[in-house]
Amino acid sequence: MERLAPAGAGAAPSRLLPGAASASARSAVSGDRLFRALLRAVGLGFVLVMLAMIAALAIAAWPAIRQFGWGFVVESNWDPVQESFGALPFIYGTLLSSILALLIAVPLGLGAAIYLAELAPAWIRPPVGFLIELLAAVPSVVYGLWGIFVLAPLLRSWVQPFLGATLGWLPLFQGPPYGVGMLAAGIILAIMVVPFIATVSRDVLLAVPSQQREAALALGATGWETTRVAVLRYGRSGLIGAILLGLGRALGETMAVTMVIGNRPEIAASLFAPGYTMASVIANEFTEATSDLYLAALIEVALLLLVITVVVNALARLLVWSVGGPVKTVRE
Amino acid sequence: MADGIRVLSLSAWFGSQRVLRNVFVNIAPNEVTAIIGPSGCGKSTFIRCLNRMHEVVPGARADGRVLLNGEDVYAPGTDPVTIRRRIGMVFQKPNPFPTMSVFDNVAAGLRLAGVRNRAALHEAVERALGQAALWDEVKDSLGKSGASLSGGQQQRLCIARALAVGPEVLLMDEPSSALDPIATAKIEELILELKKDLMVVIVTHNMQQAARVADATGFFLLGELVEFARTREIFTSPRDKRTEDYITGRFG
Ligand SMILES: Nc1ncnc2c1ncn2[C@@H]1O[C@H](COP(=O)(O)OP(=O)(O)O)[C@@H](O)[C@H]1O
Ligand SMILES: [Mg+2]
Repeated sequence: MERLAPAGAGAAPSRLLPGAASASARSAVSGDRLFRALLRAVGLGFVLVMLAMIAALAIAAWPAIRQFGWGFVVESNWDPVQESFGALPFIYGTLLSSILALLIAVPLGLGAAIYLAELAPAWIRPPVGFLIELLAAVPSVVYGLWGIFVLAPLLRSWVQPFLGATLGWLPLFQGPPYGVGMLAAGIILAIMVVPFIATVSRDVLLAVPSQQREAALALGATGWETTRVAVLRYGRSGLIGAILLGLGRALGETMAVTMVIGNRPEIAASLFAPGYTMASVIANEFTEATSDLYLAALIEVALLLLVITVVVNALARLLVWSVGGPVKTVRE
Repeated sequence: MADGIRVLSLSAWFGSQRVLRNVFVNIAPNEVTAIIGPSGCGKSTFIRCLNRMHEVVPGARADGRVLLNGEDVYAPGTDPVTIRRRIGMVFQKPNPFPTMSVFDNVAAGLRLAGVRNRAALHEAVERALGQAALWDEVKDSLGKSGASLSGGQQQRLCIARALAVGPEVLLMDEPSSALDPIATAKIEELILELKKDLMVVIVTHNMQQAARVADATGFFLLGELVEFARTREIFTSPRDKRTEDYITGRFG
């Protein structure tokens, strides 16, 4: 490049850098380099911050890690008075409430995305899309209040008695209907996560080239077959990414869940029973943690939560990015 | 029965813009018919009207009659899905399904039509790939992604995909405009071969290509079919001044 620029007298540099005038070609190249270095520094900075956070948490949690070892993640007693801590109920509560949320939110979110991207008349798309995005902006404490005053009573007097009467032979739907509990947490989380899944999936579906749809239609596919064969398949890694993004959000959600899950560190088979999540126990007990070991135990819960969400989010990002480039349409 | 495609007073619109004007034409069976004309004159729209692909664009509509071996493609109650199985289409840019293997690409249309029998699928896929002159190149890599082939191979894969369902007509919209000369030559050879089994209607902006492959040629201008005749006649003694101007390169 250094040799080409003077000899080519304008033609070569402008070919190398479309749109750059030949005089500024050299400075554009060095600006490019600077920009790249800057971006690399920012990127590395994020990684460092993340590592520093994990390290700081690990150090602060060290007393608990040393004291309980693996027992911390496999035991289910949580007794601040006896200073014996096992975080399994919280891990269980976090994972179960998030999975429950996904079970409800994935069909709803994907359905909304398919509707918005493939079926809805053009004039309906912006307002509905906007409303769904608005749902993502509602503060979680508002969802929590709604959960306490609307959802929990509804579950207690209608949904849970009904489920108990019809599906009560399953351990999942046994026990007294409290209203608040694992089911309420799963539903609240689902409502909070649907906007993420729906909007990201919609964008994934809209990014599917129209040639793919035409290919299926021209083969004699009906509308739904076209969506299935050409659109959903093409976007599948992006859709999985959207779902994992939703999962990442469900795992970390604190306020609304704390308000409706019942906050009891128990592992129950029934979805009607109260539970507890990692995020909730940290929020509830941090201010009361008087002993060093108690505090360290809570910090270790935070560390575990961070690790789980980082892994899930990293997976999500990878999948969303990879959807940009799995396709080579014409290779010549 | 096999009397080809008769188009009677076909007009087409995008919204309020009329892009085809009262087209009348008879396209003979077992021939290759080329559609030429400057870009934007309605060539793509014309062939997309033949298999009812025009109407999948929001706001697009067509009016007139298209008789495929005597049956009106636009008759009330006719399902476009069945029409598109009988009239296959190959697009300008190769568009294999990238998440599917070579085999699944070719089998896609049959599976949509409800064929589940493995032996039948295998037989049809092999036959279609053979017809598309691709079998020898991919027979050892049927499980590879359709997107991993070269551009020319991808286009022949798309041809095989369209042929697998056994269409009566194959429509091709500038099928080699994204390909290099060698891949283009292969496609042209293939078209001459296909002519034995079915009708081919090919849009091309390359007049040499029309001269090489087509028995009959139609010239479109501003949505009108200006002239339709034997290819030799179109290129040696066009009747219309506008056709002559176009083929002698005076515009377009
Ligand atoms: N999707 C579309 N929406 C609106 N107008 C279109 C669309 N596709 C094509 N047109 C218009 O219809 C006319 C004919 O287009 P087309 O059939 O694609 O021409 P050709 O294939 O001969 O280049 C052009 O004026 C073009 O601008
Ligand atoms: Mg065209």
